[in-house]
Amino acid sequence: MTAPTGNDAFVEFERVQKSYDGETLVVKDLNLTMPKGEFLTMLGPSGSGKTTCLMMLAGFETATHGDIRLGGISINNIPPHKRGIGMVFQNYALFPHMTIAENLSFPLEVRKMGKSEREEKVRRVLDMVEMGAFGGRRPAQLSGGQQQRIALARALVFEPELVLMDEPLGALDKQLREKMQFEITHLAHRLGITVVYVTHDQTEALTMSDRVAVFNDGVIQQLAPPDVLYEEPSNSFVAQFIGENNTLEGEIKEIKNGIAVVQLDDGELIDCKPVNVSKPGERTRVSIRPERVEYNKDRLRAGVHTLHAEVLEFIYMGDIFRTRLRVAGNDEFIIKTRNAPDQTRLQPGQQIEIGWLPEDCRALDA
Amino acid sequence: MADTTQNGPVLAADGTPLKRSLSRALRMQKTRALMLVAPLLLFVLITFLLPIADMLFRSVENNIVSDTLPKTVVALREWDPASGEAPGEEVYAALAADLQVAEENKTHTRVGTRLNYENPGISSLFRKAGRRVSKWDIETDGPFKEQFLDMDKDWGKVEIWQTIQTYSPTMTNGYFLNSVDLMKGADGVEVRPENERIYITLFIRTFIMSLVITCACIVLGYPVAWLLANLPTRSANMLMILVLLPFWTSLLVRTSAWKVMLQQQGVINETLVWLGLVADDARLVMINNQFGTIVAMTHILLPFMILPMYSVMQTINPSYLRAAKSLGATNWTAFWRVYFPNSVPGIGAGSILVFILAIGYYITPELVGGTKGVFISNRIAFHISTSLNWGLAAALGTILLAVVLLLYWTYDKIVGIDNVKLG
Ligand SMILES: Nc1ncnc2c1ncn2[C@@H]1O[C@H](COP(=O)(O)OP(=O)(O)OP(=O)(O)O)[C@@H](O)[C@H]1O
Ligand SMILES: [Mg+2]
Repeated sequence: MTAPTGNDAFVEFERVQKSYDGETLVVKDLNLTMPKGEFLTMLGPSGSGKTTCLMMLAGFETATHGDIRLGGISINNIPPHKRGIGMVFQNYALFPHMTIAENLSFPLEVRKMGKSEREEKVRRVLDMVEMGAFGGRRPAQLSGGQQQRIALARALVFEPELVLMDEPLGALDKQLREKMQFEITHLAHRLGITVVYVTHDQTEALTMSDRVAVFNDGVIQQLAPPDVLYEEPSNSFVAQFIGENNTLEGEIKEIKNGIAVVQLDDGELIDCKPVNVSKPGERTRVSIRPERVEYNKDRLRAGVHTLHAEVLEFIYMGDIFRTRLRVAGNDEFIIKTRNAPDQTRLQPGQQIEIGWLPEDCRALDA
Repeated sequence: MADTTQNGPVLAADGTPLKRSLSRALRMQKTRALMLVAPLLLFVLITFLLPIADMLFRSVENNIVSDTLPKTVVALREWDPASGEAPGEEVYAALAADLQVAEENKTHTRVGTRLNYENPGISSLFRKAGRRVSKWDIETDGPFKEQFLDMDKDWGKVEIWQTIQTYSPTMTNGYFLNSVDLMKGADGVEVRPENERIYITLFIRTFIMSLVITCACIVLGYPVAWLLANLPTRSANMLMILVLLPFWTSLLVRTSAWKVMLQQQGVINETLVWLGLVADDARLVMINNQFGTIVAMTHILLPFMILPMYSVMQTINPSYLRAAKSLGATNWTAFWRVYFPNSVPGIGAGSILVFILAIGYYITPELVGGTKGVFISNRIAFHISTSLNWGLAAALGTILLAVVLLLYWTYDKIVGIDNVKLG
C-alpha cells in the first residue's frame, strides 16, 4: 500500500504527515492509493486522525509533510473551492437561510451555470434522493434523515468525481441509518463516483465499503476488504476493533507446517495460525471469533487440541445463543451458536471441551 | 367511545364539568405565576409606565388657565377676536375678581408663566396686575377696563386676550403644535416665523445623525464581532475585555477624552500640524460640531452593536463556510452568500439598540455637540430644567416615543422582528 500504482490511482496519499501543534503527529506517514470508483471507509476510534485526513483531502487543512494527489496531480496548493470535491458534513451544514432548492443550486450558481440548466439539475437530483416535493422548504422544516439526503444531493449535484463523507449518518437512529447506508452505497455504485467515507461504526464500515482502512493513532493498521479485515486481522488492534473477539495470552512453543503451537499461561496447548509472530519463545495474543468456537466433539477435526471450559452464563438472543465461558482463566470467553433445532443449550455450571480449526485461531502480536 | 356520544358536558372524576375544573386548575397556575412576577410588575409599573403616562398627559394638559381664571374664561366665551376690539367691561371685571383670588393663593404668576410660553411678555403683565388688583375692592371700585388700561395699555391688545381665550380649554394641542414649529394664530394653525423655528430641524438632525452613528457602528463593529467569534478562545477573551473596557469607564470621562483628542489644540490637530499636513492657522474643527458628536457617540455606542452581532455570529456553524467552499464558492462568495445572511439578525438587533439609544442621547451631544451638534433630547432637558416648560418637554418626548415606536413597527413589517436575535 505504498507508491502510486500507475494509471488506476485516482486518490493518492504519499508519506503524508500532519501536526497541529508542532509537537505531536496526528497523522503519521500515511500512504494510501485509491482507484477510481472505489468506496473506501476510514474506520477508527475517536481522535485517530480520520477527520484530519479528510480535511487534508478537501483542502481545509494543509499537510505538514508529504504529497496528496488527485488524478495524478498534486493538490497541495489548490484551494478547496477549486478542487471540485463533493463533501457531506457530519451536521449536514445545509444553509439555513436558503430553501432546499436554493441550497442545491448554490454549487451550480457559483459555477455560473444558466438558470434553466440549474433548475433541471436540481430537479433531477431531488428526484434521485426521492425528495422531489421538498424543494421549497427550509432545512429546519425537514427531519434528520431528509436533511441527510439533501446534504448528499448537494454534494452530488455538481457531479464531482470524488465525494467525502464525514460520519454522515452519526445523528440518525439505527433503522434510518441502515436504510441510508444502503442508499448511499447503491447511489455511489450507480453513479460510479469515488467515495471516502469516515465512520467509527464498524458495522457501517463493513457493510458499505469496498475497502476499509482501520486507523489508530494516526497510522493505518490495516487496509483491506471487509471480509479479509474480519477474518484475517493482521494485528491485535484490528482483531479487537472489528467485531467480537476472544483473546488468550501465551507463548509460542513451536512453528511448523504453517501451524504454531501456543502454550497458554495456564499450561494448556493450542494450535494457531501464526500471523505476526515468527519464533518460539515469543509472547503472543491469540484471537478467535466467538462463532468459530466448537464444543460438539463430532464436528471437531480429529487431532486438534481442545481446551477445558466451564459454562458461566447462557443468553438467549433469538437467532443465536451467546454463552459465556471460563477458559484458561479467562472469564470473558464468548461463544455464539446458531439457534438450530439440533443445537444443545448449555447450562451454567456445565463442564465442556471446546476447540476450533487452527486456521480460525490467529496468533498475533502481544 | 360511548362517553363521547352522550349528551351534556364531559364530567371530571368528581362530577363537575371537565371544562370548569380545567379552568380552575389553570387559574391557580396563573395566579401563582402572577404572584411570582408581581414585584417586578409593580416596579415596572411605578417607575416606568406611570411616568410615561404622566408625560403623555402633561403634553396636552392645560387646567391652569381655567382653574385660576374661571370667571374670565366664562366671560371671554362671548368675545370674538375677529371684531378687532378688546373685550367689554364684564371681562375686565371678571379678570379683576379672578386675579384677586389668585393673588391671595399666589397662583397668578404661574398663569403668567404658562401664557408667556405662547405670547412672550404676558408674564410681567400678570405680575404687575396681581400687585395692583389686590388693593382694589371688587364691589365698589368698578368699572375696571379703564384701570387695567391705565396700568398697562397692553391690556387693550387683542392678541393678549386672544391668547387667554385660546388657552382656556382644559386640553390643548398647543404644546404639540409648538413642537413642530407651528402655532395657533388669529385664524387657526399657522407656521411660526422663520427665526422661531427650531424643532423640525432638530428632529431631522437627530434622526439623520443617529442613522449615521448606527451605520458607523455597523461598519466598525462587524469586523470586530467577526474576530471575536472566530479567534481562538484566549485571544477572543482578551479582545472581549477591550470591547467591554469602555463600560468600566465613566461616560463623562470618555466624552471628555474625545475633547482632548479632537479640540483645536488637541492631540490630533497637534500631530497633523507637526507632520505638516495641516497649517498651524488652519487647524481642523472637529469638536463642538456634528463631527465631534458623531465620533464620540459612535465610540460610546459601539459595544451595543458588537455584542448582539457577536452572539449571533457565535451561533453560525463554521462548517457552513467550509461547505460553501467545498461546493465551489470563493472566500468572498462564501462570506457574502452564506455567512453574511446568517449574521443579519445580529446586525438588526444591534442597529435597533444603537439607533434607539442614539436618538434619545443627551450627555455626549451636550458636551461635544456645540450648537450644531445638539440633539432633540438636549432641548427637552432644557425645557425641563431651565425654561420649566414641562408641557412642551412632554410633547417633544411624546413625539420622540412615537417616532421610535413607528420605526420599530416599520422594522417589524420590513425585516420581521423574529429576525432579530440576541444570540
Ligand atoms: N483544529 C485542531 N487543532 C488542534 N488539534 C486538533 C484539531 N483538530 C483535531 N485535532 C487533534 O487531532 C487528533 C485527531 O483528530 P481528528 O478530528 O482527525 O479525529 P477523528 O479520527 O476524526 O475522531 P472522531 O471519530 O472523534 O471524529 C485529535 O487528537 C484532535 O485532538
Ligand atoms: Mg472526526
